[in-house]
Amino acid sequence: MRGKSGTLPGNGQARPMTKSASAQVDSHIPAPGSLGTESLPRDRCLELHRIMVRARAMEERMIKMSKSGEGYFWIGGPGEEAFNAALGLLIKKGEGPDFDFLHLHYRNSATMVAMGMPMIDGIRQMAMTATDPHSFGRNFPGHFAFKKWNVTPISSVIENQFVIAPGTAIVQKRRGGDAVTIVVGGESGSAEGDFASCLIWSTRPGNELPVLMIVMNNGWGISTPHGSQHGAKNVIDRGKPFGIPGEVVEGNDPVASWFAIKRALEYCRKERRAYMLEAKVSRLYGHSSSSGAPRSSDPDCIAMFEEKLLVQGWLSQEAIERLHAEAKAEADAAAAQAVQEEKPHKEHVERFTYAPSSVDKVYPGDYTGVPQRIDD
Amino acid sequence: MATMVQAVRMALHYGEEHLGVTDVFGQDVGPPLGGVFTATQGLKTAWNSPLDERGIIGAAMGIAYAGGRPVCEIQFCDYGFNTIDLLKVAGNQRWAGAGNYDMPIVLMTPSGSGIRGSLYHSHSFESWASRLAGWKIVMPSNPLDAYGLMLSAIADPNPVMVLLPKALLRMRGDQLLPGEPANEAALKDMIDAPLGDRTRWQPRWPELGPHFVALGEASLVREGTHATVVSYGRTLPLCAQAADQLRDEDSLEIEVLDLRSIFPYDWSAISRSLEKTGRILIVNEDTEVTNFGEHLLRRVIDEHFYELVVRPRVLMGKHVPGIGLNQEYERNTVPQLPRIKDAMRELATEEA
Ligand SMILES: Cc1ncc(C[n+]2csc(CCOP(=O)(O)OP(=O)(O)O)c2C)c(N)n1
Repeated sequence: MRGKSGTLPGNGQARPMTKSASAQVDSHIPAPGSLGTESLPRDRCLELHRIMVRARAMEERMIKMSKSGEGYFWIGGPGEEAFNAALGLLIKKGEGPDFDFLHLHYRNSATMVAMGMPMIDGIRQMAMTATDPHSFGRNFPGHFAFKKWNVTPISSVIENQFVIAPGTAIVQKRRGGDAVTIVVGGESGSAEGDFASCLIWSTRPGNELPVLMIVMNNGWGISTPHGSQHGAKNVIDRGKPFGIPGEVVEGNDPVASWFAIKRALEYCRKERRAYMLEAKVSRLYGHSSSSGAPRSSDPDCIAMFEEKLLVQGWLSQEAIERLHAEAKAEADAAAAQAVQEEKPHKEHVERFTYAPSSVDKVYPGDYTGVPQRIDD
Repeated sequence: MATMVQAVRMALHYGEEHLGVTDVFGQDVGPPLGGVFTATQGLKTAWNSPLDERGIIGAAMGIAYAGGRPVCEIQFCDYGFNTIDLLKVAGNQRWAGAGNYDMPIVLMTPSGSGIRGSLYHSHSFESWASRLAGWKIVMPSNPLDAYGLMLSAIADPNPVMVLLPKALLRMRGDQLLPGEPANEAALKDMIDAPLGDRTRWQPRWPELGPHFVALGEASLVREGTHATVVSYGRTLPLCAQAADQLRDEDSLEIEVLDLRSIFPYDWSAISRSLEKTGRILIVNEDTEVTNFGEHLLRRVIDEHFYELVVRPRVLMGKHVPGIGLNQEYERNTVPQLPRIKDAMRELATEEA
């Protein structure tokens, strides 16, 4: 049954540790090694695909900027788009504790694109403009901060998001409702004590927290293979003694990722407890521009998805090429605009250090440099 | 009169009732203990955390991100060193994040020497803390200021660190807090948890009133024209005592400023007093290399060089790895009354 209807199965939610309440749906392409029978309808697949393509185009434009001198440093998410696009669409998006809180890492651009971030906002950060809504031209690309969607500021300090996440979940748990906290990091970063802290704080007896801990496992910490430093088979096995269920998912497959994330979020929303996901993903342009951002031969989630979409007959080769060209044009236009926008200037150095305070004699408004003499 | 630790407790209660404090937490902060110094006994939002300082700071940050107003405690500042990078992030996230989020957290932690605490209950923290841009750092030297600085720390929408001088936590002041019963025994009976079984104990809080000590505002503790002494925390009462003795014994009028806020510090107060006296001594007990007092000294030199009549100076703790348990170590590591008094006399009497 090719054509407009039907659903697309995932590559299998490998090794689920919890029972899933997956719907029985027709699958049309047998996914090799699939254990599941879950599949997504055409429109959803095409939506995911377009997000993945757009996020990739944005990142590839930024890599170019890092080489052309329009930006200095690039780090980002090519290779994580499949999982991250699905994540972005499944989030309960909004501001405040009634919505999901996101403590992301620096490879989550596809999540932001899926949530509706215009490409130019990612590129503004690369171009270090004063219009960059995430960091005012201060931080590396991919270091998002967006209060309207509960995206807490991403810091370069590996893993500290894992000690901050329980705090937002404490407030959400207390409030009732179904909002959860999602925290994302790499597999090598899980060696930091902050990862263990998150396990402890999320499972205090009587104070269990709705935290979804996501480990994006690309197998590398810069140049160090994960397996050379970690003896545990899976990172999420560390949740077992805490009673935290979880699963390892083929993160290069958006359909498998979709259902794994959905199961995880349903568990956290309903049980108000922690869950873990470990997504096996690729790192398609090396660690960052510091390693030259060379294209790797790792499996490419977009190419793999497109093969399925082609077989399914949901996209033609021409349509795929057109989508890529459109996304590239969108990224080029965004970059062209961003580089012309206002840059920070010297009066901006201190801005946003402090929130205005009615109880501060020296800084009732923002920071103005070290305290000066006021004669009153 | 309330002790400093009672004043802190009452400030936290006031914060819960009037300033929106949602969480007071840390190791042993909740019942039954209510804090190793009893600062959090009987508070309705107090809870015990895992023994994890990084987790405590991180949870406070998360609670603040989600709209709460937490006060967290690191049991002794000596155990806060492993949180420095998180404190950095708490201080830089607003700046780095284009002003997306405020960070209204209070971190309170006992600091400094004076309780015979040996290596790991005697560290000073203010010099480390002063390097955390984005934070405000305060250190009271009496119960009323502890109350007023804590209320301001809570009300301020930025991260504020309240360093509580360990040596002064049990000291009483000479002024009542607004609403504090005058009778010490009555206050104790109302708000101190009993020894033994506390399961059914409930505090009876006095009807407390507001008293905000503005951040960045020093207090003039002694007026004088012969010299200026700037201090805070444990060494402040010693400076005041020395000033009184020098007035009686040597007819020296020494101005003593209680800085109260390490950052932002009250440069106006220091600058004005120095203009008057031309002589300045900064006293604290943090280690010498490198010491927050040196920053003040640098500004004194940069901005008042030609008004100085004698060399400006800093009296501080020795640059050693720690404070040894034998009191001979402590006495000879951090400034004590005799040394402070000598330094003040020399400052005021040195030939111009
Ligand atoms: C606390 C800390 N230590 C070291 C670094 C430098 N560093 C940046 S990324 C990285 C590797 C991270 O590996 P992983 O957690 O697997 O994430 P990935 O980059 O592979 O997505 C390191 C060591 C850092 N940013 N923070």
